[in-house]
Amino acid sequence: MLGVQLAALVGTPAGVEEALGLADGLDDALVHGLGRLGEQRAAALAALAGALEGSPLGRPVSEATGKLAAGSVADEQIAALAGARAAVFGAVHDALLARLDAALGRERAAWEEPAGTGGGDVPANLLSGCRSWLNELAIAGWRGVDHDLVSASDQTLEAVLAEPRLRRLGVLLDGLAAELRASCPVATMDRLPVRRWADLWARGVLLAQPGLPGGGAPETVSGRLLPLGVDVHEHGTAVQIEVHGVLESSGGTRLVRTGVAAPKVDTIVGPAVWQLLGGHPVLMAALAERRSVTVQDLPLSAGHLRWDDARATLAEAADPFATARLMLAGSVAPAVPPLERHPVRISEPVLVEGHTVNGTTWSLDGHEIEVDVERLPSCGPLTPALVAASTSCIGLLRWDGGRWRLQPLAVQATVKKKPVEAHTGDWALGPTDPKVVKAVAKSGDVVTVLRERAGRLLRK
Amino acid sequence: MNADTAAWEQHSAARVVPPVEPRKLAKVPFVELADGRLQGVVSSGSDAARVYVSSITASTYGFSCSTNNNRPCGGLSGYYTCKHLQALADEAVRQYGLDRVARYLRVEVGEGENLIDRMKGRREPAPAAVVFSRFLRHLAYLELPETVEPLPEMHWFPSSSAGVR
Ligand SMILES: [Zn+2]
Repeated sequence: MLGVQLAALVGTPAGVEEALGLADGLDDALVHGLGRLGEQRAAALAALAGALEGSPLGRPVSEATGKLAAGSVADEQIAALAGARAAVFGAVHDALLARLDAALGRERAAWEEPAGTGGGDVPANLLSGCRSWLNELAIAGWRGVDHDLVSASDQTLEAVLAEPRLRRLGVLLDGLAAELRASCPVATMDRLPVRRWADLWARGVLLAQPGLPGGGAPETVSGRLLPLGVDVHEHGTAVQIEVHGVLESSGGTRLVRTGVAAPKVDTIVGPAVWQLLGGHPVLMAALAERRSVTVQDLPLSAGHLRWDDARATLAEAADPFATARLMLAGSVAPAVPPLERHPVRISEPVLVEGHTVNGTTWSLDGHEIEVDVERLPSCGPLTPALVAASTSCIGLLRWDGGRWRLQPLAVQATVKKKPVEAHTGDWALGPTDPKVVKAVAKSGDVVTVLRERAGRLLRK
Repeated sequence: MNADTAAWEQHSAARVVPPVEPRKLAKVPFVELADGRLQGVVSSGSDAARVYVSSITASTYGFSCSTNNNRPCGGLSGYYTCKHLQALADEAVRQYGLDRVARYLRVEVGEGENLIDRMKGRREPAPAAVVFSRFLRHLAYLELPETVEPLPEMHWFPSSSAGVR
């Protein structure tokens, strides 16, 4: 990445602030509850509807806001509101990503509407159970959420989590429910994560609609995958690793993502999470040993390579920094599926070198970027100190709270005059730092302890 | 409201629940702050097949301890807590940090003071069966399969460096 590219990111694209302002109106209504809107908040919803006039969402949203203002809250109105909000954030996502692509000179494939139909049958009662909980939340408003309202989701969520086709919805709502539970009674909180909870709520409403479009038929690819780095996502009951890499195949050189997600519990933290992903030894070895992987006939859909360890073979060493230096610029990025378009999903791999460090602010030829060291995963060796000592960094550019930040995935640094290198996936086969091995040993093998308990208590 | 607060409220990836600290799980496999109580499951020191369900209620500090078959714990008496409740409180502090536990239970704990000594409650009935079923539900997560399908919603839940190191 160059200083001039950072300079090209400065300033918010036209219309983004206005669009977010409209969404803020809905988010504020969700704080206090759609059950008692009041004139001012009803007007804010009407403004949101007005902005969508002329689009296919225009009429349903304006009808819905009208009914909501009159005190009627039902599935249909809730879905329209969530759709309106998703459209606004989708547009913001597109504007931000276009700005980023232009700054980086990154070529991105155009979205092709999949020919396939719906995502298949999912149990309608589970979807409606989720919708009714989300409706109750919206009616009560975040300020009205108490233990009973959170617990009301327990049974539905348990069933949703047991349904593999609803994993996205289950993992999302489980994360939201845990935050609400920890915040109860919400009325006494000093401040609320207003945009965040509205985000999670709105996505949940959409994922709980029947007949959601499926992904369509994926392309089948064979070739060589060169990992760039690992992004780790985690809440109390789920962990996901998302591997960013370059795929060389007959379809050209492309930026892809692949990964695995596993259910967990809150007491499994730090390097122990890798134990949950042990069913994919080829992928884990590729990360830990920094090697490339030959893949055979893997499905690729919207830039996501559906991982299958049985169709992957470890290949030669592949330094992610070399991959980033040589191949990042010439790789084509994938289009983002419509239902995933939200600024929070923007996470574009970049290479930063030759920067000067001032705390968490880095500068390149006089242009600055903030580094997000809070996002360094506890399951890997990256620390704020290593990041501050870096001379090169592979990271993801993200946008949140009105600004771009760099999330490091790997650094080359100089520590005590010696070169060191660390990647978030270094411990995919277990920690390699003796100090960390010792610290982890102190809490024992939590995964084994819990699995043993589960085996004894759940199957007797 | 200052500018920082407004900014936090407008973050999609704002952190709401801090990750817990790692701890040994053999003795107290399950601890949670939920339904207005600190509650959890404590292994019996003598019988591997037996566990105790212990809880302390916020504000009133009413406490309870019984086996998962609802037999009252012999270590409890009117105003005195048993070793299971002690262990529960100690592990909760390890897992969540003293501040978070004390805030949840609405108790003030001074420098060098022990959490459980600051709560003068008395024995009260508690829904042990509910807590035990929450423990089973907790364990059931480990029986769910992994997935290679992308979960794009997890972008709202970044891993963090807080906790372990
Ligand atoms: Zn006891």
